[in-house]
Amino acid sequence: MCNRLKVKTMSTLEKTSKTESKHKLLRVSGSEAVILSLLEENVDTIFGYPGGAIMPIYDALYHYQNQINHVLVRHEQGAVHAAQGYARVSGKVGVCFATSGPGATNLMTGIADANIDSTPLVCITGQVPSHLLGTDAFQETDVLGITMPVTKWNFQVTKAEEIPEAIAKAFYIAKTGRPGPVLLDITKNAQFDEIDFKYTPCEKIRSYHPYPSNNSAQIEKAAEIINNAKKPYILAGHGVLISCAEKELLELSEKADIPVALTLLGLSCFPPEHKNYVGYLGMHGNYGPNIKTNECDVLIAIGMRFDDRVTGDLSKYARQAKVIHIEIDPSEINKNVIATVGINADARQTLEALIPLIKKNSHTKWINEFKECDKIEYEKVIKDQIKPSTDKILMAEVIKKISDKTKGESVIVTDVGQHQMIAARYYQFRKPNHLLTSGGLGTMGFALPCSMGAQLGAKDQQVIAIAGDGGFQMTLQELGTISQYKIPVKIIVLNNHFLGMVRQWQQLFFDRRYSFTEMTNPDFPKIAEGFGIDNAKVAERNELDSALDKMLSSDGPYLLEIEVEKEDNVFPMVPSGESVTNIRLD
Amino acid sequence: MSDIYQDSHESTLRKRYTISVLSEDRPGLLNRVTIIFSRIKLNIESINVSTSEVPGVSRYTLVVNTTKDHAEKVTKQIRKLVEVLGAFLYEEDEIYYQEIALYKVPTKIFLHGNKIENLVRANNARILVIEEDYIVIEKTGHKHETQQLFNLLNEYGVLEFVRSGRVAISKSKRQTQKYLDELENSETHILNSSNGQDKYGKN
Repeated sequence: MCNRLKVKTMSTLEKTSKTESKHKLLRVSGSEAVILSLLEENVDTIFGYPGGAIMPIYDALYHYQNQINHVLVRHEQGAVHAAQGYARVSGKVGVCFATSGPGATNLMTGIADANIDSTPLVCITGQVPSHLLGTDAFQETDVLGITMPVTKWNFQVTKAEEIPEAIAKAFYIAKTGRPGPVLLDITKNAQFDEIDFKYTPCEKIRSYHPYPSNNSAQIEKAAEIINNAKKPYILAGHGVLISCAEKELLELSEKADIPVALTLLGLSCFPPEHKNYVGYLGMHGNYGPNIKTNECDVLIAIGMRFDDRVTGDLSKYARQAKVIHIEIDPSEINKNVIATVGINADARQTLEALIPLIKKNSHTKWINEFKECDKIEYEKVIKDQIKPSTDKILMAEVIKKISDKTKGESVIVTDVGQHQMIAARYYQFRKPNHLLTSGGLGTMGFALPCSMGAQLGAKDQQVIAIAGDGGFQMTLQELGTISQYKIPVKIIVLNNHFLGMVRQWQQLFFDRRYSFTEMTNPDFPKIAEGFGIDNAKVAERNELDSALDKMLSSDGPYLLEIEVEKEDNVFPMVPSGESVTNIRLD
Repeated sequence: MSDIYQDSHESTLRKRYTISVLSEDRPGLLNRVTIIFSRIKLNIESINVSTSEVPGVSRYTLVVNTTKDHAEKVTKQIRKLVEVLGAFLYEEDEIYYQEIALYKVPTKIFLHGNKIENLVRANNARILVIEEDYIVIEKTGHKHETQQLFNLLNEYGVLEFVRSGRVAISKSKRQTQKYLDELENSETHILNSSNGQDKYGKN
């Protein structure tokens, strides 16, 4: 649990007035107990979709509309992605409702996404009455069984009296340690039955220890290795953002003068203009950060999990380096890369303890080696991307313009594919938690629903969804939600009439056999028009600035379709399964 | 010998490992444990679930034949399950273990001479029940021992044979209740917020 979260949960002090639970026991239905429990956990927004098995809960919700904002999505996948967006910008737990059977199975993609990207969610699904369990009743699915491998925890509630404790545990498990999604499946009889409501927040589970802390010996060892390093190198990930360790990361980097590279989900945790910032890691990351991995002598991995999109061929990854791995999830340590020192703990706490043991140092020559790589990358890749000579607009110039126009301070929500990599590469993220993207699962269709949740979780921020023409069409029905609730997200569809990333691989690795990647697309502005959303389309470079300005200055939701070069590629690129040293610039 | 060679040697050497798990006694937990193995297509050789000496706490004993790397990773994944209190990985020489086997044989094979009786005696087996048509023999031991008796009896015809999963007890002096008490009282349930730094000093 991080700072941001702590501040938010302070407001629990005012909660007694909400339910009077401290003064007397309320006799309520299980459904009302669900709502009261959510209020106790300071839930203010729920994304959901009603249906038969969850109707009693929706009926209870009807009476609490002034205390909880429920957003009716157009598909349950939209609800779970919206809850993810809400959670990732606010540091709170995202909550979504769905009914049994198809309602619950439609949540699955988002739950799997949240699980691999460590996003705290509580998903509540209705279930058929307990006497019908296992009978293939109408809309019955074994939701517990199918969510088991993709949730941090799940539980089926079959009795009303289990509800408060189950919800308390769900929130505690979702938000502590390595955060993740929790699913509660509540049978209809449990929603109807009455109980005496009393709520006690969960503070401890005997079998669950989210914050291992006895690490002083390893921290001392790590400090010694860092102090003696000639070419130390920090790889920082999502864990830095989750534990709110941005300040500590900066302090460590400055004190020992260590270059910092970020993973996709770590982007926005370190100031991009800082002299020690060397760039973005991975398959389409920057040139220097990738090749220098195999030249450093000490690799300090903080809150990251050595995903294969970061490491490439593991047998040729940082074999020369001593590896210090700071990670809250013990099963990640030694999973992919063997750590010389594994520190199983919260990133911020570890850095707080580590920094006093670190000697002031200077590694100017080493950091300059990265800057040399930057020059090569600029000449070979970046220059032609942001100041192109092509007829058609390129994705990179669009992102660069948005980055400049918003001063790198907008919340950027991406879909998955070429535009995602371009957004990660060319947007300068200056505020923490300002990139929301599906990293681990790579879920197309993520951007639009996630952006609406993000906007509701950060009402004062400019939220920009960036999608390709393929991914946008996977969840575009959420334009209905955005329209109904007037959620002022700005939506950019970068249309290249292709599933661009797959096409790029077909070009490079399958001899240009473009097997089912070209798309005949609808008129996107007209679709937005149909949903009552302001819109525009731009295809000419000289109209791009004014189109972006108009979008950014609009008050409500806005869709801008940008026609881009059909067959542009994202470089650099580490070919799948190859060493990071083999990164290609063209 | 280069270190890469050693790595690959280590990573391909398969051995028998026993994983002993203490968990809260909850429905569905068996499923949570076994999907960790099926996800990486690792076959479970035997599995035994029973109550432990502590009320409400179950003990799982799983046997797998795999590499050390895989065994360690699945153990970590099991440990990560919210309801799991502890998961311990053992090699064969770190535990005492037994399996029990039951053999149903026709009563008539006992009738001519004392060959079968001698087999039962020599193998430290015992006769559990005698029915008119069949006799059930019980033997406790390691797998190769119960298998050996099966092979011998099968020469005369075995009607049915069943062997339990392994049960194992570690050679460590750890007491389950004490282990649980330590878990309960550890300070790893909450993040030591702002005074984190002092905490490290104390630990």
